[in-house]
Amino acid sequence: MDPEAAKLMGKLIGAGIACIGMGGAGVGVGVIFGNYLSGALRNPAAAASQFSNLIFGFAVTEALGIFSLVIAFLLLYAV
Amino acid sequence: MAEQPIEPIHQFRINNLFDIGTFGGNGTPGSGTHLAFTNSALFMVLTVGLIMAFLILGSSRRAIVPTRMQLMTEMSYEFIANMVRNTAGTEGMKFFPMVFSLFMFILVANLFGMFPYFFTVTSHIIVTAMMALLVFFTVIIYGVYKNGLRFLKLFVPSGIPWPVLIAVVPIEIISFLSRPLSHSLRLFGNILAGHIVLKVFGGMVVALLGAGAWGIIAIAPFGMAVALTGLEFLVAALQAFVFAVLTCVYLHDAIHPGH
Repeated sequence: MDPEAAKLMGKLIGAGIACIGMGGAGVGVGVIFGNYLSGALRNPAAAASQFSNLIFGFAVTEALGIFSLVIAFLLLYAV
Repeated sequence: MAEQPIEPIHQFRINNLFDIGTFGGNGTPGSGTHLAFTNSALFMVLTVGLIMAFLILGSSRRAIVPTRMQLMTEMSYEFIANMVRNTAGTEGMKFFPMVFSLFMFILVANLFGMFPYFFTVTSHIIVTAMMALLVFFTVIIYGVYKNGLRFLKLFVPSGIPWPVLIAVVPIEIISFLSRPLSHSLRLFGNILAGHIVLKVFGGMVVALLGAGAWGIIAIAPFGMAVALTGLEFLVAALQAFVFAVLTCVYLHDAIHPGH
């Protein structure tokens, strides 16, 4: 196998592996929205006041998934 | 990848529309600062122009019974003002112009990017990193100006025994320093990923249409591209709101550093 093909193969496999990290962020975002929904159904009056907390938690969790996506893009286009 | 005919990152290329000139340097090619008016700059100017037109037209005739235009302007104002009051507190209202400007700029730039063949300003990390660093240094400078050395209480959560603090304080410092990184990458990553996914599904439609009788299954990625366009409009508005909320949360830390 010539070095260029091996490098390309490594880049593509590495980008694929990096995307596994997004699964964890998916679980985290699901937990946040699921718990918000169950809390909102128990006490609908308090739900609206917690909306910006929900978005804050969603944003902080989602950032970790975006980090793994950025690693995948770096491997694909910048290495 | 570069070998494929339909390149999903082609849409993010920056082109010089007209050159302004080279400043500094010692005359050899490649030295000095080369300034040019790019398509990115053009869309930033268009974004700011649209926001100014929206706000000036909406608030020029301040009627008791508002027109639709005035109603939209007042709604966008009230929406952000309530968010700042709830998240950063009443003292945070002195930062309302900054938060409102950031929100409107990101929102309009994101929505501009949804037009075909338009350039998305926020899909470049240099733009989002500048906005995130602006917020970061505003927090540090205002926090030190207002609280002095008590600003460092931000890194020391109260009510924790001192052996735990040895572990917690470095974590708090690292999490504070990584804020501009995550703040900018979140917006950049969401917009970049969304636009690449749209282009990938568009490329699938073109590739399948060239497959003869099997081209009928091109309807599946086409439907997906339509659905994803709807999702991207949601993401465009949501990410602008998220950027504004996080700005307010960070400003809250600058105003009230104790936990």
